[in-house]
Amino acid sequence: MENEQYFEVDHLTKFFPVKKRGQFFGKPIYVHAVDDVQFTVRKGKTYGVVGESGCGKTTLARMIMHLEKPTSGRMLFKGQDITLFNGKQMKALRRQMQMVFQDPFGSLNPVRTIRNIVAEPVRVHHIFQNRQDEKIKVQEMLETVGLSSSDEMLEKRPGQLSGGERQRVGIASALILGAEFIVADEPVSMLDASIRADIIALMMKLKEEKNLTYFFITHEFGMARAICDRIAVMYAGKMVEVADAASIVDHPLHPYTQLLIDAIPPLIPDPNWGKNISEGEVPYFTVPPPGCRYHPRCSRADELCKSEIPELVDYRDGHFAACHHV
Amino acid sequence: MPLSGNRQFNDTDSRLSKSIRAIGPLFAWWPEYRKSKVGVIGLIMVGIFIFAIILAPYIATHDPTFKDRDFMWKAPSFSHFFGTTAQGKDVFSQLLHSGQISLMIGVAAAGAVTAMGTIIGLIAGYFGGIVDEILTRIADILLVLPRLPLMLVLAAYLGPGMSTIVFVVVILGWTRIARQVRAQVMSCKQHTYVERAKSIGAGNFHIIWNHILPNVAGVVIANFVLECVTVIMLEAGLSFLGFGDPLHQSWGMMLFNAQNEGAFLFGAWWQWLPPGACIAVLGIAFSFIGNTLNDRFVLRLKNIKGGA
Repeated sequence: MENEQYFEVDHLTKFFPVKKRGQFFGKPIYVHAVDDVQFTVRKGKTYGVVGESGCGKTTLARMIMHLEKPTSGRMLFKGQDITLFNGKQMKALRRQMQMVFQDPFGSLNPVRTIRNIVAEPVRVHHIFQNRQDEKIKVQEMLETVGLSSSDEMLEKRPGQLSGGERQRVGIASALILGAEFIVADEPVSMLDASIRADIIALMMKLKEEKNLTYFFITHEFGMARAICDRIAVMYAGKMVEVADAASIVDHPLHPYTQLLIDAIPPLIPDPNWGKNISEGEVPYFTVPPPGCRYHPRCSRADELCKSEIPELVDYRDGHFAACHHV
Repeated sequence: MPLSGNRQFNDTDSRLSKSIRAIGPLFAWWPEYRKSKVGVIGLIMVGIFIFAIILAPYIATHDPTFKDRDFMWKAPSFSHFFGTTAQGKDVFSQLLHSGQISLMIGVAAAGAVTAMGTIIGLIAGYFGGIVDEILTRIADILLVLPRLPLMLVLAAYLGPGMSTIVFVVVILGWTRIARQVRAQVMSCKQHTYVERAKSIGAGNFHIIWNHILPNVAGVVIANFVLECVTVIMLEAGLSFLGFGDPLHQSWGMMLFNAQNEGAFLFGAWWQWLPPGACIAVLGIAFSFIGNTLNDRFVLRLKNIKGGA
């Protein structure tokens, strides 16, 4: 049961068409946001995706939640192919999978009360017949996420809450339908550092209590290491390394993973830190470079890297990396 | 970056909470609204008009339709505050009773225009794509058509009457509100909370009703008031040109009659000045209110973006 294949993604790809300014005719060019990504999330585990901004991790989350249509590929939830689910089927499925958003300021409608926000999913799904039951459930959820369940709280609006409190409201709303699979898109990246730990601790506590499975997106390696069971590193739409959390941090195989780990500032200042970090940003590839996408920035790159795309290969029981020079 | 980010959000929040107050409990808009002197003056002016017009039967000194043969074209006096018409009708009493018609047509037609514009704007802005394309093109076409000649043709074709005026105004007038609502909807639907609603499994109607409409309510209300001005002016114009409802005399009709009876030629200023002034003053009063609402309660892109 523990190792059941819970959520699977198979060759998932998303290209966004872009038109140049003033271009009306001709073929659009495409941004390869997510390119041929494969992974399996296991029940009760936390699957982390790490990468820089623009590497396609948010697009991946949006595709999982059916907010974006994949260009090709398949998604399986509990063995069932959900890629082509229509609106009605998807609505039923959304009871089991919910999303926690990155931006606790923008993801809650400032016009609505906390009660309305938390109760929105149960209203959309017509769970309760009367408002009293609904109110009790909302209060229960607020307590679950560590907020007050007073009437005063229920009538507050998001603008009256702090960032951490808002994110707790977001989590309460995501869990009210009893979802088991939570897609969390950088849930703490916009919060103050002191509050992050609280929210992460809350999410981990809820995971234990409700046996949740997380798909956790972050750009911080330290965060991923602390809470994820398995970590995938994405670069420019491709997964470059996938492994168990301990293995990937202690023995990174891919040079990009090494870069991300080196980029974590040490708590005790080190005069050598930052000296050998390579430069450059994740490019939006409209025309991906031939071969390995990382080769323009890579120190190990040679002729092979420029011509041949490396495949994800299992190097050490379940530690996959896509590099020619491991 | 995070700092300036927070400031932007707070700024947006305060603007938003202002607009919440505008649509929340019945009189919650007042504290913000009263800060505008012009707005308060406009409100008082419209209040006086509405008060006088509703109580017209009790305030009027004469029967507005009674033709007094002994008092034709008499200048203002204590028995006839605003004098009499060429037919011997009391101008003051006519003014009050005609106001009912003018105001009623104004509010009814403005309401219909606003409703139509809002619905079309919501559909075009929310669904986008081909639907938006078609509706926007129709609006563009209506917008470039010369307004008055088209109205005259339509009014002449449909025959004079109140419903004709309302119909003509609605058919030609929805474009402005539709454009503004569409623009607001297009910026609203980018919000993450719309995305969140989708990820919950909410349908389009739910999203529009709960997440989009409250955000465009400010534009809708402000435009409704401004539309009242336009409609009252248009009604006056159409009536003055003879396309009004002969059975229901409005201020425009009073001007039409004054023109017909030669009041302009013979210097009977008391016959045309009061209705003309009423149209102008009521229009100004509505503009004051509409512009105040627009300034204080409508979210604008520059407010959302502009931190410093």
